[in-house]
Amino acid sequence: MNENPLDLLPELLVLGGAVIGLLAGSFLPRDRRRAVAWICGAALAGGTAAAVAAAARPGGTVFGAYAIDPLTHVARVTVMLATLAVVVLAAGRARGHPREAEEHVLLLLAALGAVVLAAADDLLVLVAAYLLASIPAYALAGIAGDARGTEAALKYYLMGAFLGVLMLAGVTLLYGLAGSTAYPVLGGRLPAASGAAVACGVVALLAGVLFKVGGVPAHFWVPDVAEGAPAVAAAFVTTVPKVGGFVALARMAGEFLAASPVDWRLLAALVAAATMTLGNLAAFFQDNVRRLLGYSTVSQAGYLLLPVVAAGRGGLAEPALLFYVAAYAVTNLGAFAVAVAVGRDSLDDHAGLARRAPGVAVALAVCLLGFVGTPPTAVFAGKVLAFTAAWDAGYAWLAVVAAVNTVASVFYYLRWIAPAFRPGEAAVRIRSRTAARVACGAAAISVLLGVASGLLLPGLSRGAPP
Amino acid sequence: MLSVVVFLPLVAAAALAVWRRPGPRAVARTWIAVSAADLLLVVWMWTRYRGGIAYETRARWIPSVGAGYHVGVDGLSLPLLAMTALLFLVCAVGSLRGTRRAGPYAALFLALETVCLGLFAALDLLLFFVFFDLSIVGMYFVIAGWGHGDHLRSALRFFLYTFLGSLALLLGFIGLYLGSRPRTFDMTDLTRNPPLADAPGTAALVLLAVAVGLAVKTPSFPFHTWLPPAHTDAPAAGSAILAGVMLKMGTYGFVRIAMPMLPGAWQRYAWVFVAVGVVGALYGALVALAQDDLKRLVAYTSVNHMGYVVLAVGAAGLVAGDARAGELAVSGAVTQMVSHGLVTGALFLLTGVLWDRVHDYDLGRLGGIAGRAPVFAGLTAVAAFASLGLPGLSGFIAEFQIFAGVIGTGSPGAVAAGALAVIGVLITAALFLRVLHRAFLGPPGELTPRVTEMRPGELAAVTPLLAASLVIGLFPRWLLDVIEPAATAVVSLVSR
Repeated sequence: MNENPLDLLPELLVLGGAVIGLLAGSFLPRDRRRAVAWICGAALAGGTAAAVAAAARPGGTVFGAYAIDPLTHVARVTVMLATLAVVVLAAGRARGHPREAEEHVLLLLAALGAVVLAAADDLLVLVAAYLLASIPAYALAGIAGDARGTEAALKYYLMGAFLGVLMLAGVTLLYGLAGSTAYPVLGGRLPAASGAAVACGVVALLAGVLFKVGGVPAHFWVPDVAEGAPAVAAAFVTTVPKVGGFVALARMAGEFLAASPVDWRLLAALVAAATMTLGNLAAFFQDNVRRLLGYSTVSQAGYLLLPVVAAGRGGLAEPALLFYVAAYAVTNLGAFAVAVAVGRDSLDDHAGLARRAPGVAVALAVCLLGFVGTPPTAVFAGKVLAFTAAWDAGYAWLAVVAAVNTVASVFYYLRWIAPAFRPGEAAVRIRSRTAARVACGAAAISVLLGVASGLLLPGLSRGAPP
Repeated sequence: MLSVVVFLPLVAAAALAVWRRPGPRAVARTWIAVSAADLLLVVWMWTRYRGGIAYETRARWIPSVGAGYHVGVDGLSLPLLAMTALLFLVCAVGSLRGTRRAGPYAALFLALETVCLGLFAALDLLLFFVFFDLSIVGMYFVIAGWGHGDHLRSALRFFLYTFLGSLALLLGFIGLYLGSRPRTFDMTDLTRNPPLADAPGTAALVLLAVAVGLAVKTPSFPFHTWLPPAHTDAPAAGSAILAGVMLKMGTYGFVRIAMPMLPGAWQRYAWVFVAVGVVGALYGALVALAQDDLKRLVAYTSVNHMGYVVLAVGAAGLVAGDARAGELAVSGAVTQMVSHGLVTGALFLLTGVLWDRVHDYDLGRLGGIAGRAPVFAGLTAVAAFASLGLPGLSGFIAEFQIFAGVIGTGSPGAVAAGALAVIGVLITAALFLRVLHRAFLGPPGELTPRVTEMRPGELAAVTPLLAASLVIGLFPRWLLDVIEPAATAVVSLVSR
């Protein structure tokens, strides 16, 4: 068994950054806590570099419970870069914010949880990662201490605690049936177990993961947190934990769900259809941009489930999921960065954005049209791959449902774009230059990822040389 | 070479976008210079074109799904490329005066030019789709940003409706990809080795998806309802591009993608296209006849003209038919695409002149314009005659080939369809004569005193289009020599 701790270097760097950041934040005077942001940023940059370096080495399993493979590599890089962008967003606000240090440390810990969630090859590690990814996120949602943030955090916490217990019950049940919590062993023994019991265990297990990815019926926290939590925290919790959750789903699907006696594909397909449809319907008439984005992330979670449904059938599902999840992270961060830059949440407050800040308005259009899947943005490539993978796996009807939902989603994205580009007096102003830069950067990366998708995709397939 | 033609306008658009506060004159000069250079390049390409697929570039783009950057021109795309470049140039000339926020407007149109040229040059389904989708986004911003009337609503409807079509098209393309062996998005490979030949049921569904996607764009009856509001509320140059170039994306897709890649399904369902074409031609003409709004009327004649094209491509799929007749019909369809682009572009620019003077399109409030603005009246009359298919102008060449081809297939149904569609020509003639009668002749109307003669810039925009139509009408050989071999190839591919 491989027990080399250096294989976990990216995770250790992030953990180290969080610990040092916490200590520094406790001892530094308030006006010098900007150093914590630098420490956390450096830890994430170092972690990313280590993850890229690790991708060039042969993979494997560490400690028998932690997989190092393309799924993990992509999850590490995506999570860490996305968190780095959120740290930059958070640092862009006024200096001397009373909880600046804590906020950065919580971001790092939650990001670490998301990475472990993605890499877990054992149900017990998965449960620990779930807690690590969730508990800092609850605190982040309520960190402002205002009424709306507290309500959002409470809702987030109650839902997470409930579904977490359910997930634990599922893990217990599956352990009882298979005698192990390791994915490969589960894959070997579940086919022989009783179908009904396995179905109960799988459903309970998926409940927890669905909570992390914000899928129906575990999505109720998403709009409230997106609207009520501080904008930066909202950007984080609607982006980063999803990356971990979806990669975890793909891993479970490939390693033991495919072998289990339940028709989990149909279950996942129904959940996907419900998620995208309900998310879209609820987003239609939202007048608050963050709530609108919250529902949009729910519908995006539905599309992201398409390659999960197809996991293990055809070679496209895994690259499709990995590419789409990275594309989604970039696009979602870009859209939230525009909301942070403007600093006002009503759709009307964005009127005339194109006149006041053309660059930010173009970034907004690129990100929102990117969500729709307009080429040549990254989500376009992700969507084409996801539709193709689903159809190839025999779920053409799901691809049709996703296409219809995509068209419907144009309506509410345009409700945001149209006022931004309307000529006339501009009441809007840019409150955070850093956030504006992050938004433009995200839009540029989204287009670049889309155009250069051909260069990246071969590296995402399992078995291909990294 | 071809890539330079396609991306030159985009580079100019990017330059305009980053250029800090250019003066309107500088913008106009850049815009016209770039469009003219692009047109010259296309003309140069035409003079050196020797048949087959020329100016081909093939590079890997997303190799894991067999999609590439593959562009090239042949007899189907070359005339459309030339028409597109000409239309964008005259739109630049025609928008010289009185455009608000000229910098972004010019940048948007240049970007749209890249999108339109790229679509006709694309030889890869995914690349085709990229341009197809971006044309919707570009036109949405043109209508929403520079339209008049209830333009935000029209723009939204346009976006939603045509986006639905584009997603249907994407699903169809994915179906073609999954049905091909080895899997590829490349058009030339898919044409050589048609996918889904052994799965007629799936092929029918894929054809349905592709056809719905293209029919929304064309637009064919009953998917045309986005068109009248979008045209009415768009700026004149936007309408000219929308009608002149973007509608062709749909019909071009039928000839380039649906027919050669799904020959079996196309043959089986050719009757559906024939029927849709006839209904579209008649319905478009009848509704246009009932309009009092000049721009809406022109918009509905587009439904009528695109109906002829769909009828022609449908008839070409009738297996029982004579191959020669099928070739005539397809050649007529392509000629009609070019002719409609030139003539309808001119008509929309002329209605733009009217809007500039009186801010209204109501025929009931106009009359006797010929007395006040004889040149304007004369050019509108020429455009109207070209549109209704008067011999000597390009519309006649196109429609004659279409009807001769459709009726020449010999099957009784096709003969009946052709005969019905000819009635459409009569109705079009009636409605254009009615327009000339009400707006240009007779006693002066309420708004007529505000109509003034065309300015040199407007004249320079409209005249080349009508001159091109006249040249095609009198000397069609140079155009048909390019189109006919390609039409023959399409018919031989579809009758496999």
